[in-house]
Order: sequence, then C-alpha cells, then structure tokens
Amino acid sequence: MFRFSRGLVAALALGACLAGCAPSKPRAPQTFQIVVDKMAFGPAPVDLHVGDTVQWVNRDMFQHSATSKTGDFDVELPPGVTGSAVMKQGGTILYNCRYHPDMKGQLSVTP
Amino acid sequence: MYRPLIAAAASVMLVATAAYAQSAKPNDAQIAHIAYTAGNLDVAAGKQALAKSKNADVRAFAQEMVRDHTAVNEKALALVKQLHVTPQDNPTSQALTKQANATLARLSKLSGAAYDKAYVDNEVAYHKTVNGALRTVLIPDAQNAQLKSLLQTGLTLFTEHQTHAEQLDAKLK
Repeated sequence: MFRFSRGLVAALALGACLAGCAPSKPRAPQTFQIVVDKMAFGPAPVDLHVGDTVQWVNRDMFQHSATSKTGDFDVELPPGVTGSAVMKQGGTILYNCRYHPDMKGQLSVTP
Repeated sequence: MYRPLIAAAASVMLVATAAYAQSAKPNDAQIAHIAYTAGNLDVAAGKQALAKSKNADVRAFAQEMVRDHTAVNEKALALVKQLHVTPQDNPTSQALTKQANATLARLSKLSGAAYDKAYVDNEVAYHKTVNGALRTVLIPDAQNAQLKSLLQTGLTLFTEHQTHAEQLDAKLK
C-alpha cells in the first residue's frame, strides 16, 4: 500500500536534490582575518563575498582604524584589539587608517 | 724636501678623519637614547599643544603624536631592558633636547591661530629632521636586529606623521 513506484522515488530524489544541491544555494558566510602590524594592513582575503565578515587583528603597538572611503565600515582598532565588519556590498572597497592615512588597504568583494 | 712632510701630514689627517668618523658612529646604547629622546620631545610638544590649542584638527593631531610616540617609547624601554642596554646620553640627544626646549619656550608665548601654525610648522620640520637621522645614521648603524626593526617601524611612523603634519599645515594656511 505504501510502496512507491521506482519512478516516483527517483523523481522525489531528483526534486530534493534540485532544491538542496543546486549550485545557486547560497554559500555559508565566512570570516577572514587581516593582520595589522608595523604600520601596515596585511594581505586582503581572496574569496571574499557579500555577507562575509572581515576581522582586523591589530598586533601593532599603535592605535589604528579600518575606515572605508565609502563609509561602508569604520572599525576602531586599539593596540592588541580585533575589530570586524560584515561586507554589505560587492565591488572594490578602498580603506585606510584614519590616524595614519598612508596606511591603505583594498578589499575585493564578490556580490 | 717638504714633500715627505706634506705627505706625512696629509696621511695623519686622513687617519684622524677616519678615527673621528669611527668614534662619531653612535653605538646601540646611544642610538636607543637618541630615538627615545626624539619621541619624548615630540610627546612634550604634543602635550603643550593639547594645553594651548582650541583647533579640533590640531588637537587630534597632537593626541596622535602623544599616543603613538608614547607607545613606541614603551616598546623601546622594554627592549633595552630585555637587551640589558642602558641608553647612553650623547651630543645628538643633547642637541635635539636643546633645540626642542627652545622651540617649546618660543611657542609658549604664542596663542590661537599663530600658535597652531607655529606648532604644526615645527612638527613638519622636526619629523623631517628625525626621519633623516633615522634613515641615514640610526638604522644603518644599529647593530642589534631587534633595535633595527623597532627603528624601522619608528621611521614608518615618523614618515606617516610627517605626511599628516604637512596635510594639516596646508589646511591651516
């Protein structure tokens, strides 16, 4: 009575996979770290997407900030502190340190 | 007849010059003292600015000078302690101190926009001088690798401060 035809099982399995395994499934948000030391931002993460979090780990003895030129984020980084921001929009984001404007960084965020 | 004498005199002078150059090279204890003194003098200038200036940009700059130079000097003190080096006073430190004290005295008589301009002008000049000394003498002559590395960070910091001071100076004109 409860036996399904093979065809129905296959169709259900395919349907489940289409819903669950399709390539359009959103990637789980990830967290990337950028080390700040000796008056410089470390290298930018390579696979950064909207919704991901960037953490700046300030290992320097100085107070810094990660301040985006477009106002996307403005993270205060006292010495020894880690601060973070969630990437809200795609594209290239230029940022620098508010206190040491020649300290520059760049993020490439996939939409 | 006089040729050998002249030649001898010339060679004595050469040796003397070489010996002078040798002795004029600062050792690590002197280099640490110069770097620490240079930072401390800028902290003192920043504190004077915080007591006298009402300009928000000038105050933010002065706060940055006090904060950054205090931080690097704390590292320097920890490093010399770790290396068992006692910073040694020397003519360069003394000349820097003498000049900075004269500047503090001169600036103390000014107020308002005149003070702000004079303070920032001096910060540009001061950072230029210290950067030059770090680049050409202190970093190349430092023997200890950790001291050299700290001085290099100091040079990046001072260069950044010089840029900041120049930007601020242009704004005050």
